[in-house]
Amino acid sequence: MMLQAETVHQVGELSATGFVVASTIKILAAFSLVMVTVAMLTLLERKISAWMQDRLGPNRVGPGGLLQPAADGLKNILKEETNPAESHRIFFNLAPMLSIIPALVTFAVIPFAAPLPTQWGLVEMVIADVPVGVLFLLAFSSLGVYGIVIAGWSSSNKYALLGGLRAGAQMISYEIALGLSLLSVFFLVGNVRLTEVVTMQQELGLWFALPLAASFILFWISVFAETNRLPFDLPEAESELVTGYHTEYSSMKFSMFFIAEYAHVLTASALMATLFLGGWDIPGWAGDNIRVIGDGTVVGGEPAWWITLLTFLAFLLKTAFFILVFMVVRWTVPRFRYDQVMDLGWKIMLPVALAVVVITAGTILTLDELGVEYGLVYGLILTVVNLAMLAAFLLILDRGRVLAGTGSLTEKRREAQEKARLRRREEAMTTSTGSTAD
Amino acid sequence: MLTDILFFFFAGIAIFCGIMVVTRRNPVASALWLIGTFFALAAIYTLIGAFFIGVIQILVYAGAIMVLFLFVIMLLNLGNDYQPDLRSRAWMITAGGSGLVLLAILGRVFAADTTAPLGRLTGPEAVATQVAEYGAVGAIARPMYTDYMIVLQVTGLLLLVAVVGAVMLAKRRV
Repeated sequence: MMLQAETVHQVGELSATGFVVASTIKILAAFSLVMVTVAMLTLLERKISAWMQDRLGPNRVGPGGLLQPAADGLKNILKEETNPAESHRIFFNLAPMLSIIPALVTFAVIPFAAPLPTQWGLVEMVIADVPVGVLFLLAFSSLGVYGIVIAGWSSSNKYALLGGLRAGAQMISYEIALGLSLLSVFFLVGNVRLTEVVTMQQELGLWFALPLAASFILFWISVFAETNRLPFDLPEAESELVTGYHTEYSSMKFSMFFIAEYAHVLTASALMATLFLGGWDIPGWAGDNIRVIGDGTVVGGEPAWWITLLTFLAFLLKTAFFILVFMVVRWTVPRFRYDQVMDLGWKIMLPVALAVVVITAGTILTLDELGVEYGLVYGLILTVVNLAMLAAFLLILDRGRVLAGTGSLTEKRREAQEKARLRRREEAMTTSTGSTAD
Repeated sequence: MLTDILFFFFAGIAIFCGIMVVTRRNPVASALWLIGTFFALAAIYTLIGAFFIGVIQILVYAGAIMVLFLFVIMLLNLGNDYQPDLRSRAWMITAGGSGLVLLAILGRVFAADTTAPLGRLTGPEAVATQVAEYGAVGAIARPMYTDYMIVLQVTGLLLLVAVVGAVMLAKRRV
């Protein structure tokens, strides 16, 4: 391809022992980082909600409330654990574990920085670069639903059961749109390896958020539903179901569901950053276009420790962006009704995702047949097509609610009322004339 | 060597989970043990280098189909009414017969001089070369959408018929 003409750097391959040591360090570092970030996310959520509601938020424990998550954790460990008498004990204990493990495992396949050269060889900054990366992620994140469904069922509580069933129905419905919107990424990359996804975005010179804008938005909406975040938090709808599937849980088991939810948010944000915002790519700079071709050889830029550090920071920033949007959305919009969630999933998202896949595939096929080279022009043509699709989708979904302003809706409502009044008057007229004719 | 140990480890898990599936009295427990079997199978697929099949096994069977199973079991809240069904002679004969057919198929695979299934090379080496050449997904996609296109379409039609049938059954009065 294009990169073949560029410079090749030989760094050297890790030995078998080196690989084991590097992997162990990466696993430990990633695990601690994820757990600490998850703890901090609970604080961030409360701070953001406080900020949006003009309050102060937690600020008593530690400087500026920084130690609040630790205090919460301690409280949850020391609290009394309740076990409902009617629950199915084994499943009741199994459910929190089933929900936390998939949320933590999925982080393993996400590449978080450019490869790091060490004196023992090149270390790739991903824990497991499996050839089926994205599918692995989808498979394991879809297992999270078992924790919720089993928690709901084993509690022997109607609210909990309803919450569990809602979670199951919602996740299955939105997984379809999620998978379909991922297809467009696969069309462009030609592979499902996540490191390839990053490389191909660097080669295109554009992050996939633009050339695949329509898929990006569909994916984003589905991710909200998959992580059970507002406006899709029906499984734990407080106003209807107490707290849904974890109504009966207390102390650390209750806390585990929360850790799982925030870990899911973190992984989903990292995944969106990788798939659509170029992963660890730094925009407008070719020095980080480093591609590993095996045996410790890289093409493109020369790997260095400061490049690894900078790319890691870029990755963190992009992930933080998605996390912030998750949180701001939670405190902005109200919850959907259940039938609205199902309508959006099956009547809007599914057909639109299918149409987007067909049109994107057609455009890519046409571009390839015309012999347009994979690069900026290729990306810009796709961008135009996708932005047109996105505009059409938003107009259909919106139907004059947001884009045209709520004023248009009041206008419509007034017109409808006017029409109804006229019709009633006519009906009254006809019945009265009918009676006089008799 | 390590691959052999891992294979027998996962095969043991698969068989153990399989036995637990048919011996549990609680249908939810059976369903969960079945998920365990799927995981062991996925691990075995991965061991022979068929990453895609392995991950699809989890994605489709464990991630989607078994969730629906659990749904149905939990919603119906089965009591013990199903036990006479399981113990009737007809069911035992059916189960035994299916077991025998499965054994016969396995015997044919293990017997010498069997032709390669569908005339294709199989085994870890063949899979590895295919994956290296076309990627994990391409290795499956190429034969599926070139040589077996018609079979694939017919399968799609079969699924469509099943969906229409399910809708007809669910909506008795149209």
